[in-house]
Amino acid sequence: MALLSKKDANLILDPLADNNPITIQVLGICSALAITAELKASVVMAISVLFVLGVGNVVISLLRNIIPSKIRIIVQLIVVATLVIVVDQVLKAFAYELSKTLAVFVGLIITNCIIMGRFEAFALGNGPWKSFLDGIGNALGYGVILIIVGFFRELLGSGTLFGIPVLGDPIAKTGLYATGYENNGFMIIPPAALIVVGIIIWVQRSRNKALIEEA
Amino acid sequence: MGLKEKLHTFRVKNQDKKWFPVFSGFHTFLFTPNEITHHGTHVKGADDLKRTMNTVVMSLIPCLIFGMFNTGYQHYLALGEIDAVTGGFFGSGFWTWDNFILGFWKILPLVLVSYIVGLAVEFVFCVIKGHEIEEGYLVTGMLVPLIVPVDLPLWMLAVAVVFGVVIGKEVFGGTGMNILNPALTIRAFLFFAYPTWMSGDKVWVHGAVDSAGAADAISGETVLGFLAQGNTTDLAQKYDLADMFFGFIPGSVGETSTLLILLGGLFLVFSKIASWRIMLSAVIGSLTMGLIFNGIVAAEWIPEYSKFYSLMSFEYWQHLLVGGLAFGIVFMATDPVTGSQTNRGKWIYGFLIGFMSVMIRVFNPGYPEGVFLAILLMNVFAPTIDHYVVRGNIKRRMKRLKNATIYPKVSGEVEALKTETV
Repeated sequence: MALLSKKDANLILDPLADNNPITIQVLGICSALAITAELKASVVMAISVLFVLGVGNVVISLLRNIIPSKIRIIVQLIVVATLVIVVDQVLKAFAYELSKTLAVFVGLIITNCIIMGRFEAFALGNGPWKSFLDGIGNALGYGVILIIVGFFRELLGSGTLFGIPVLGDPIAKTGLYATGYENNGFMIIPPAALIVVGIIIWVQRSRNKALIEEA
Repeated sequence: MGLKEKLHTFRVKNQDKKWFPVFSGFHTFLFTPNEITHHGTHVKGADDLKRTMNTVVMSLIPCLIFGMFNTGYQHYLALGEIDAVTGGFFGSGFWTWDNFILGFWKILPLVLVSYIVGLAVEFVFCVIKGHEIEEGYLVTGMLVPLIVPVDLPLWMLAVAVVFGVVIGKEVFGGTGMNILNPALTIRAFLFFAYPTWMSGDKVWVHGAVDSAGAADAISGETVLGFLAQGNTTDLAQKYDLADMFFGFIPGSVGETSTLLILLGGLFLVFSKIASWRIMLSAVIGSLTMGLIFNGIVAAEWIPEYSKFYSLMSFEYWQHLLVGGLAFGIVFMATDPVTGSQTNRGKWIYGFLIGFMSVMIRVFNPGYPEGVFLAILLMNVFAPTIDHYVVRGNIKRRMKRLKNATIYPKVSGEVEALKTETV
């Protein structure tokens, strides 16, 4: 009993690995570098993009036959902006602390290349159901990388996960810190995210040689 | 059949084995394989990669030995157990057995960890990629212990070496392909990952970290750290110029003695391993920047209460005596892989390294030593510099060609002649 046809399932599964928006298309890097120092922020960012891209793709797909192609970018921007404002307001209302951590980056979802890319490349030419699946798939592919990067950066950089200390107390020197271990300050700064993303790309391509482009 | 022949037979038999690069690495370290080239003519030179690397390591040995003595000397001096050295470079109180033993047991583990971890990474990559073991790590492994503080925890060094060798070198394709100097990548990683162990006034003298907060706490500031805190007038009371030149000052293990670095540099220049152009232009660059800062102070454009005042008023040529500037210029900037390749490019590259090192020193008290950042930055720019030097050369020759009058022997050969002359 397949819930989705094989073609539809590929719309979701492809962007998770072999056509990942971050590691293969190298889109949306800016936010991946900026907000992944904490796992919590990564998860919230992933959910926000999931909402914006899922809903946005459906809206654009529904409107695709009535949008004049000359002004389609403006229409797309209006749709994203509306959705982003919804996300921003929800965060401010229910998770104020977190919305302060994410700061300007929620607003900058508008400029996330993945969203405009999917609108242009997929939603404008496909039906609402397919566009919805495509949006969910790409947002999940983006979110998976964000969470992997956030996991390593928070664990190695601060010794916590979701803000909960997992390696012991660095000040009282308990747990792993009793052995002389120290948090790696390098992982907190954005260049570390670039290197972690680079390592993920490296691992992915050495496991799947088909992804390596011709030099 | 002697051992030598046996090894060669073994070599031929096992050429396609997974572990062959490891065997080959050890084998060629001691013997030359009796293989000959199969076709074509080759230029034969005695100075292969191994010889080059060994020469650099040799020039680093005096700095290492001095570092061992200095570690003990700074420790006992800070504890107040011995008096400051008097009477020149071979003065009493420095070259003592006690100093050496303490330094030896502190520095040997750094050297061992650096070599064992670095070579292990190198071996793993050679086996995975199936190529010969490259000797690139021989120099990096020697440089790393010399540019870290003596009390650095060994596991931090190990983590940094893995990072530096993998991200700084192997991802680009191994020795000779790297963009950044691996030793400096390791230092930069340590600096940003564990800043409390890499800067400040507690890490440069052995024992200072452990004693921090206690009644008999000892402090070990570097000269630059001392200046960055705004102490201008009493520097002369603390260290005199001879101390700075001979290296009787706190600092990273091998970088303190400008005299020995100078000797090592001369050795490298005369053995034609390192480029004198880079060294000379880097010295000129740092002097230029120092003179500019001294000029600003002399012109009274900057008030005395400014936080840059003390470092700006630091005598321009004394910048070469303190911190890692001399060490960086001689042993790091001259790295033939990451530096500029063209002669004109070397002048520009070296000059900017010296220029920026002093600039970072003065303008960024957060990083009292800027030479490693300056060299890494210029490493990134070295290919660009070379590109424009080569382009400029082509342009000049094109111009010369355009102005030249070419008399063809046969009228139909004009085009062919042109391309040949360019």
